Amino acid sequence: MTTAIFTKNLTRRFGQFVAVDHISFEVPTGQILGYLGPNGSGKTTTIRMLLGILHPSEGRAQVLGYDVISQSEQVRSNTGYMSQKFALYHDLTVWENLVFYAGMYGVREEKRIKEVLYELGLDEVQTQKAQNLSAGWRQRLALATAIVHHPKLLFLDEPTSGVDPLARRAFWDLIYSLSAQGITVMVTTHYMDEAEYCSLIGVMRAGRLLALDEPQRLKDSLPGQVWEVYVEPLLQALEAIENHPAVRHAGLASDHLRVITTERRSIEVIAKMLGEKNFQVQMIQPGITTIEDVFIALQ
Amino acid sequence: MAETLIRVREVTKNFGEVQALAGVSLWVGAGEIYGLVGPDGAGKTTLIRLICGALKLQAGSISLCGFDIVADTERARGQIGYLAQRSAVYEDLTVMENLKFFAEVRGLSKEQWAERCRWLLEFVGLAEFSGRMAGQLSGGMKQKLALAVALIHRPLVLLLDEPTTGVDPLTRLDFWRLLIRLVRDENLTVLLSTPYMDEAARCTRVGFLHKGHLICEGSPRELRSHLIGRVLELIGEPASLLINLAKADQQVEDVQRFGNSLHLRVQEGQAEMVIRRLEEAIVKAGGRVHRLRLVEPLLEDVFIVLSEG
Repeated sequence: MTTAIFTKNLTRRFGQFVAVDHISFEVPTGQILGYLGPNGSGKTTTIRMLLGILHPSEGRAQVLGYDVISQSEQVRSNTGYMSQKFALYHDLTVWENLVFYAGMYGVREEKRIKEVLYELGLDEVQTQKAQNLSAGWRQRLALATAIVHHPKLLFLDEPTSGVDPLARRAFWDLIYSLSAQGITVMVTTHYMDEAEYCSLIGVMRAGRLLALDEPQRLKDSLPGQVWEVYVEPLLQALEAIENHPAVRHAGLASDHLRVITTERRSIEVIAKMLGEKNFQVQMIQPGITTIEDVFIALQ
Repeated sequence: MAETLIRVREVTKNFGEVQALAGVSLWVGAGEIYGLVGPDGAGKTTLIRLICGALKLQAGSISLCGFDIVADTERARGQIGYLAQRSAVYEDLTVMENLKFFAEVRGLSKEQWAERCRWLLEFVGLAEFSGRMAGQLSGGMKQKLALAVALIHRPLVLLLDEPTTGVDPLTRLDFWRLLIRLVRDENLTVLLSTPYMDEAARCTRVGFLHKGHLICEGSPRELRSHLIGRVLELIGEPASLLINLAKADQQVEDVQRFGNSLHLRVQEGQAEMVIRRLEEAIVKAGGRVHRLRLVEPLLEDVFIVLSEG
């Protein structure tokens, strides 16, 4: 198995601030790496270093076997990048945007442009100006500009921010089909359901890479037991139990509480306490550990 | 019956040839958290901007706390706090200076705002950062400052346009705790839009906008009840086999990934039949079924059906 991304003690400082702090990881070819972390935790800075746009202050990185500093041109010609703010020309049509980006990568064949438009379902809007597209279509066009030159690796930085649930699902179908063609993907997201779709997950906080592993292994490593607690009133119940010694973490989860107890049997203590304080406990059931649980536990 | 604080009647708005809203009516009662959901371009932002007076009404009427926004603009506007997708705080002013500035814009005297600012900063957890430049705050803190700014004049109604888009899960949870406390302790009424269905599930009522029409409205429980008995959860492997076989079943209308499981939407009354048939087909094809059962529909299941329609 070849390695698509390799970093060793990769570090970036901005003045006194350490944006990325000695991170080391490897991603085998063909994987979808979900890269998670709060705003400002160093996700985008990591990607910019891997693209060879930003020089590391320390450490090194290779992308597709190329050194990101000395071979940054090879890195960029073999990778695609879609940034948070889809960089599109608003007064150009879909077709013109794609021709422009293709030209930057030295791709001149009309055939390839048509192929990409068709593959992403953009053929039906190809004569529309980018400014008239919905967020979902703009996002697809941004993806098209990132893959027009047949990259072997794709960096997607919060590609689904601000699009609706259905468009997000359609976008992930596209990521899957690209992955099935052998393209390695590194994607950042704040949507924890999307993180579940990745084959590898990395979690960052304050410049440090806290964990990088397969989703199931991260979940298995989470100590304690997850519970779904349906109780009213919700917020008061949360306040009543969150500092209990048997509770590792408690938080809101749609219309109920998600509680992680230190041990399985601790839930009985919690249930009893809620009852004694006159909360209406409607139902308590064991939950399946999610990546969101892992994310919250690591932060 | 709680007092109605937001009343929207037959509101229509066109941008050139595009009809953004086509006769939308809704009301929000005191103490509610009303969530607007819908596909991109459905009209959510337009509706919120009309209610807060940032856009001009073309047809229909809107009143806030009984004040008509056209006939009684100033008084109507005085009742609301508004937080946009990209919140506007002055990055080169400190946290306290931002609050002071917006307090004065709202016409509050120092006696009125000084105590209010202290309380708000305490409430959103920024008290120890009051002297910091807003530009130096993290994304989550900036958003909390924007929330404090929106609340400076003690509005009765808070309008939030996708306040948590692009924000990590912990910050979202923090933000929602603040919102629920405001409703509980300050008697605030909230109208918000969100792309997160877990957030919509926390609202007292949810309205689904589609192509400028409010096509469905109700409590999260009511909305989910439309799909009871029609959503199956399937966990097994390999994923691609499960998806293909599920899609091939005549009685399965839709197959979607939900984390590491699949949700299958089946036709009314066909759940038992599909479970038996599919389990057999998966095993026969060499796959494995860890779980295949009827589950409570999620709001996201409902969203998907409504978006298709």
